[in-house]
Formats: sequence, C-alpha cells, structure tokens
Amino acid sequence: MNNLFVYIEQEGGRIADVSLELMTKGRELAATLGVSLEAVVIGHGLQGIEQVLARYGADRVWVADGEPLAPFRTLPHTAVLCHLIRQEQPQIVLFGATSVGRDLAPRVSSALHSGLTADCTQLEIGSHTDAKTGKEYNDLLLQIRPAFGGNIIATIINPEHRPQMATVREGVMRKEEAEKSARGERVEIAWQECLTEDDLAVKIVAREVAERTIDIKGASIIVAGGYGVGSKENFALLHELAEVLGGEVGASRAAVDAGFTEHARQIGQTGVTVRPKLYIACGISGQIQHTAGMEQSAMVISINTDADAPINRLADYAITGKVEEVVPKLIKYYKQNSK
Amino acid sequence: MKAIKIIVLAKQVPDTRAVGKDAMTAEGTVNRSVLPAIFNPEDLNALELALRLKDQIEGSTVHLLTMGPQRAAEILREALYRGADGGYLLSGREFAGSDTLATSYALACALRTLNPDLIVAGRQAIDGDTAQVGPQVAEKLGLPQVTYAEEVCEIKDSALVIRRHIESGSEVVECPLPAVVTVSGSAAPCRPRNAKRLMYFKSARTASEVAADPASFAADRVAEKSDLKLVELSVADINPDPAQLGLQGSPTKVKRIENVVFQAKEAKRLTASDEELESLIQELMAAHTIG
Repeated sequence: MNNLFVYIEQEGGRIADVSLELMTKGRELAATLGVSLEAVVIGHGLQGIEQVLARYGADRVWVADGEPLAPFRTLPHTAVLCHLIRQEQPQIVLFGATSVGRDLAPRVSSALHSGLTADCTQLEIGSHTDAKTGKEYNDLLLQIRPAFGGNIIATIINPEHRPQMATVREGVMRKEEAEKSARGERVEIAWQECLTEDDLAVKIVAREVAERTIDIKGASIIVAGGYGVGSKENFALLHELAEVLGGEVGASRAAVDAGFTEHARQIGQTGVTVRPKLYIACGISGQIQHTAGMEQSAMVISINTDADAPINRLADYAITGKVEEVVPKLIKYYKQNSK
Repeated sequence: MKAIKIIVLAKQVPDTRAVGKDAMTAEGTVNRSVLPAIFNPEDLNALELALRLKDQIEGSTVHLLTMGPQRAAEILREALYRGADGGYLLSGREFAGSDTLATSYALACALRTLNPDLIVAGRQAIDGDTAQVGPQVAEKLGLPQVTYAEEVCEIKDSALVIRRHIESGSEVVECPLPAVVTVSGSAAPCRPRNAKRLMYFKSARTASEVAADPASFAADRVAEKSDLKLVELSVADINPDPAQLGLQGSPTKVKRIENVVFQAKEAKRLTASDEELESLIQELMAAHTIG
C-alpha cells in the first residue's frame, strides 16, 4: 500500500529506456518516502522481465501477461492498470511521456479522478502549505514542468487526490542500475477478470515500426553544425552532445554541401525554420541564409574560432574556441552535473 | 456509413510560438499582452480531418465546441470560414481555473447534451502541451479513443480505420463509433478560408456579442439568418455536478510559477576553458534550459 509505481513500456519484452529512467528516479523518490518501488508490466511474452527490473531497484513487479495485451491498446491497459491501482493504492504512479504514456495516463487519471502532470522535467518530494486554509501537506510529489511554450516553469502538486501521477519524456532523467539488485518479486495480475468485451473494441489492423526519423522542427534543443565543424567525424561529436541533451542535430547549407551530414538536417532559407528553446551553433559563421531559419530560437550559444563571426550578434553566449575542443567539454560537464 | 454528427473540440490559445526576443519584458519575462490569440494549431488539423469526413459521408455535419471567454467566439467564426456548419461556445466563470480534468468534465457534460457520433480534437494545445483533454473526455463519456491520428484510411459501416503516427513508426487501427479521435500536427493542414463563406459568416455572432452591440450590421444579419447564430452554452445548459467544475474540481494545483529569465541581448563572451564551460552548463541547468 502507498508505494511508488512505474508503468513499464516494452516492446516484445525489451524495456523502453524511458521506463528504466523512471525506475532510476523512482528509486530515489521511494527511498526518500521510505516506501517500496514497484513496476507494472502489461503485455505478452514477459518471461523473466522481473530480473531486469530488479536490477533497477524494483521490490515488486506486477505482471499482466496475455495475448490481448500486446501490442499496447488503450482500453485493456487502462482496465488492468485501474484495477491494480484501486487494489494497491499506490501514492505515486509514473509514466513515460511517449505516445503510449500520453495516451494511457490521462485516461487512467480520469477514471480514478486523480491529478496528472504531463512532461515533467523534475520530480521531487516536498511539503506544501495551502495559502488559504493553512493546511500542511508533507511528502507530496512536486511535479516540475515547463509551460507556456517553455517560458515559465511551474511546480504542480496534487494535495488531496491519490495517486499522484506524472509523465516524463525520454532522456530527461538519468538511467542507472541500482548498486544492489532489489528483490524483484514477480506477482501475476489476474488480468482476464479486469477486461470486458468493450475493452477490446479497437482493433490493430497494421503496425509499422520504423527507424527513428529526423525531427529537427519539433526538437526543443538543436545542436547545429556549419562548415567550421571541419569533418564528418567532428559532426559525430555534435550527435553525441545532442543525444545527451535530448536534442537533435541540425546543419547549415555549407555543412550539407560539404557532405558532413544529410539534407534533412538543413536549417535556413533552403532548409527548415526552427524555433527551439536552445540552439547551439557550432562552427557556423551566421550568414543570413542560415540565420533566417533559426533567429527565433529562444536562446543561442555560438561556438566559433572567430570572435567576430556574425552569428555572435544573435548569440546569448559566444564561446571562442574550437568545436572539437569545446563540445566534448560540454558533454563531460553536463554528465558530471546532471543528477 | 450513414450521415454522422461530428464535433471538433478546439481552443483559442496565446501564440506561445511567437515568443521571440521581442516578446520579452525588460525583466526577461513573457509579455503575454503582445501575444496574439490564435486557433490552436493542432485543432486546425482536427478540423480538416472532420471536414474531409463530411465531404465523404453525405449529410454529415461538423460543429466546433470550445470552452473559453467570450472572445473565443473568434475561432468559431474561423471554423465557419473554413467549412464548419456551426459552433458552440461553453463559457462561464464557474469554469475558471480548470485543470485538464475539470476541463474534460465540463466538455464531456456539454458533449452529452450534443450527442455526436464522432468527437475530434487536436492532440494538444500549445499553451499547456499536456495532450490530456482528449483521452479524459473519452473516458468520461465511456468512448474508445484514438490518439496521434494522422489520416482516416477507410470509412466502414460503423467504424473508422485510422492511421496513427507514433514515435516508433505508424499503426493502423479500426475503431467503432462513437469515439474520440485526437489529431497530430503531422496530419493534413487545414484548408484555407473560403472567400464566399468569409463574406457570409463574418456576421456570425453569439447572443452576448449581439447584446454588446445591438445596433450593428452583424446583429441585424443574425436576426435574419439562423445559421449566423453561434450557440452559447452556460453551466445551466450542461447539467454538471458543480463540485467537479473549475478550481475546486481540479485535483492538480499550481504551487509555484517561475518565469524563465532570458539573458540580455549582448552576447556573454566565454573562452573554451574548463571553468567557464562548466559554469555555463550549471547556469543552463539551473534555468531549466537543459536537463
């Protein structure tokens, strides 16, 4: 009772990174609260899945394993999860902010009349005093997220309703196995008893699981490279930085023409226009044809050997230095400073 | 499929995408007053998906439903210019302070009175980015949901075959009606305004708008033509449990709001030294720009 649940996303038994990131964060929150960390897996072909989750600190692993439960469909997963939540009364339930989590979690929150906060960037345990009633609440989940297009950061709480639910995007939290494996006790859920005919009304006709496509337009962080990056090999550094920051790699036309990267990444008049929260321009001089596609970025960091490069007029931070020297340092210090 | 009644859920939102450096105050916070109020972008994709069904299923109708202040009637007119048959504005101070759950509850109550065969909404609104209202409305009405929809591939007797865009690729599902469908921004963009419809429907007004300006040309037109009447719904029209509305019906509370303070326009100069780069990373993390 009153434990912390993580809804585990998996495909054919392979657990999504975001779920393991949530297990890592959940472990820390559960320890603060002095409760156990429990994972919920709903799907098919889930033999041995508790062993992986035990390494990430799962004290208990709730499993609903059955053919109608895979691939993911909203209604059967909602029915099973609501049944389990009503039975076990967890105080917190975490989901990945994926097309699965963002489909399932709101449906569950509505069915249980509990609060849900989407796309949290930080989760903490803290207290709250209601300004009107003076009532004090301890051990609440503080759900911190950007809102209003990323221009404000809001801390959301659910003082009166349980469970407190939140979704978190992939790559936002760190993923790390526990120092010592937890018990990982597997408990089967009697899922057949939770489902009705209506829960199976939506049928999956076809599925195509493809390689990830490039989405620079939708990225909130872009690491872009220009001719000054110098080589395809140095471009790999930009990919590494983008990956740790949860962003995408973009490029100027000069870099694409030089064959450092593909055209789908080109930003500017002959490419796409982007408005990310953070734009890191690496070895980009800042010709108008490029800046037209990125000047509305909320924040620009420029890395250039030329302190007078035109891009620096747009930049919030102008770092004078070589890309191959600065980028690895940014990666290193980000890793060192992230929790 | 026989003629169906489609309701599109839409929201008027501040254009948070227009927050460039000019939309910031001297203190570095968002100057909301300069942001234009727009038709939430993905709700326009939803409107297009609905209009395409109307084009294909003879006799079908498309109405917009929005919850918001009086000025939100602007997006009802916008939908009429693009091909909708009419619109409903759910408005009242009882709805103020609603989180997604209280919003969904109010919309679900209104939808029960309207009784559509299909409810279509944008995946999410750009002011909150939660993507919660669609699935929550579906749950409250006990209907199946299809989220991240991109295209209706096939219309069957009593079901739609829909392609969804998910991060790992795409999925095609068959969903019986009635249902709730939320539409992703990667779906077809909305058709433009039609010039004839614009000329005709620019006089469309809610009763409150007519009352505010009874001597206007538009008020005269609304009196003549019933299809220029935009329907206003108040709490009394939707028969809700008052405890589930607005602030008191909202399980989530905002504990604190921090404005993200942007740096001054003059670039801060840094060298490639370890100390400077580490302090930059720490600064960006503290401001939630990264991490």
